[in-house]
Amino acid sequence: MGWYEGKKEKSAVPPAKALWDVCPKCMSHFPKGKWKANGKICPKCNYHGRLSARERISMTADEGTFEELYSEVGYSDHLKFHDATGDYRSKIEAVKAKTGEGESIVVGKCAIGGHRAMLGVMDFSFMGGSLGTGTGERIARAVELAVKERRGLVIFSASGGARMHEGILSLMQMAKTSAAIGRLKAAGLPYISVLTDPTTGGVSASYAMLGDVNLTEPRALIGFAGRRVIENTIKQKLPDDFQSAEYLEKHGFIDRVVERGEMKGFIAKLLSYFGVSK
Amino acid sequence: MKAIEKVRIARDPRRPHFREFVKYVCDDFEELHGDRLVNDDRGLVGGLGKIGGFRCVVLGHNKGASVEENMESNFGMANPDGYRKAMRLASLAERLGMAVVTFVDTPGAYPGREAEERGQAEAIAKSLEFFSALRAPVVVVITGEGGSGGALAIAVGDRILMMENAVYSVISPEGCAGILWRDGSKAPEAAEALKITAPDLLSLGVIDEIVKEPKGGAHKNPKSACLAVKRSVLAQLKSLSKVPINELVDQRYAKFGAMGRFA
Ligand SMILES: [Zn+2]
Repeated sequence: MGWYEGKKEKSAVPPAKALWDVCPKCMSHFPKGKWKANGKICPKCNYHGRLSARERISMTADEGTFEELYSEVGYSDHLKFHDATGDYRSKIEAVKAKTGEGESIVVGKCAIGGHRAMLGVMDFSFMGGSLGTGTGERIARAVELAVKERRGLVIFSASGGARMHEGILSLMQMAKTSAAIGRLKAAGLPYISVLTDPTTGGVSASYAMLGDVNLTEPRALIGFAGRRVIENTIKQKLPDDFQSAEYLEKHGFIDRVVERGEMKGFIAKLLSYFGVSK
Repeated sequence: MKAIEKVRIARDPRRPHFREFVKYVCDDFEELHGDRLVNDDRGLVGGLGKIGGFRCVVLGHNKGASVEENMESNFGMANPDGYRKAMRLASLAERLGMAVVTFVDTPGAYPGREAEERGQAEAIAKSLEFFSALRAPVVVVITGEGGSGGALAIAVGDRILMMENAVYSVISPEGCAGILWRDGSKAPEAAEALKITAPDLLSLGVIDEIVKEPKGGAHKNPKSACLAVKRSVLAQLKSLSKVPINELVDQRYAKFGAMGRFA
């Protein structure tokens, strides 16, 4: 379920990277700076590129309303895990230092279009957005607080799946988060899930797919099993758009593919429809 | 015993499969078919079973005992239709005052084109949400391979039993070795590092009880192995039957909530 470090296709980026921005989806080249200036959206293919949790929060929460919670909850090295390339603790400490985040999700309360919301945003640059015990615990606590405070739940996912380095307890976070979300729904509160590029493995197979409304961005990769795993199993080539946002919408698992510029407004509108108070 | 040796025993084709567990654990069993949507998955099967006076919905991965059955059931790798069938059957338990017993033995959920198109991720996710709140006692037995999300989808319950030589993991040792060691042949190292054996999981608080196996593994004496499972399942059903259902569901929620909570 957790194969985020296996996603090495990125290394196909040509050495011209210093001069050009390259769309990781269609490999089109643009003059340096154009990618960022366009909101990390490809001018050619409309692929919506990955954002950090902080970038996403600033474009989703009403200005000045985001109050981060549970930042003290972090990873656990209960297995004292180490592999051929070193130990988990040093790896994740390096990621923490580099990203400035303590886990693969940032959670907090905020207003969205004035509506009372609990917002969680995953960051793919933090260990491939992998679901560890800290990630699951942050989500569970946030969801439980959302029930107490009558807030609508919004989670932006971006993940390669469960975090292998924390073993079976990572897997159990799938159950824990799904259980918490079930209780939020039973309490009459809505959950809006936004599956951003990429959302796969154990995260797609738990909270990310449980939205009352499931949204995504153009050309996002969403699936359970990896494309190559499937091709090896069925001995067939898969269509190019397999596991794309648009493909999932067509097959009935996504309510809407939403442009980045429209996302906040659409979430606010849904919260209004669902009667989430201001 | 090294973790990788347990992996071999857990995957041994001679190890008792769903049909044998049903034969020895249930006093009676009637299979029921289909998810009422598109299909009857053969990798995850289920039906009605009586176990020592308890009326149960019995579910389990079915690796199959013959080559034909192996092929038909994808070696116990369920499609979304399997998880949806499991939920349909388990909901009968809630409505009709029955218990649920599941037998978990799968390399993982089936990685196929139709599986993805019919929402493998959604089916597993929904199953986790569903079993977390199911108002019926649920006893889970990890009998062989507990392969990540495909296993967990029918392994959220009130009591989690695990056979002595079964393994339960977030990813297969081969898969983990391929990614973190960049070398699938390092599976023995990965198996050790991932802590996937029954004693490991007992100490991590993921399972409640280890069911002893005959010397050398369950395949040496399948009947006696299955009967040991029956004794444990029955004892757990008895103890769960004394707990009021609201309490049971709250305890189940708390049980999984506590997993991986260190603060
Ligand atoms: Zn592009």
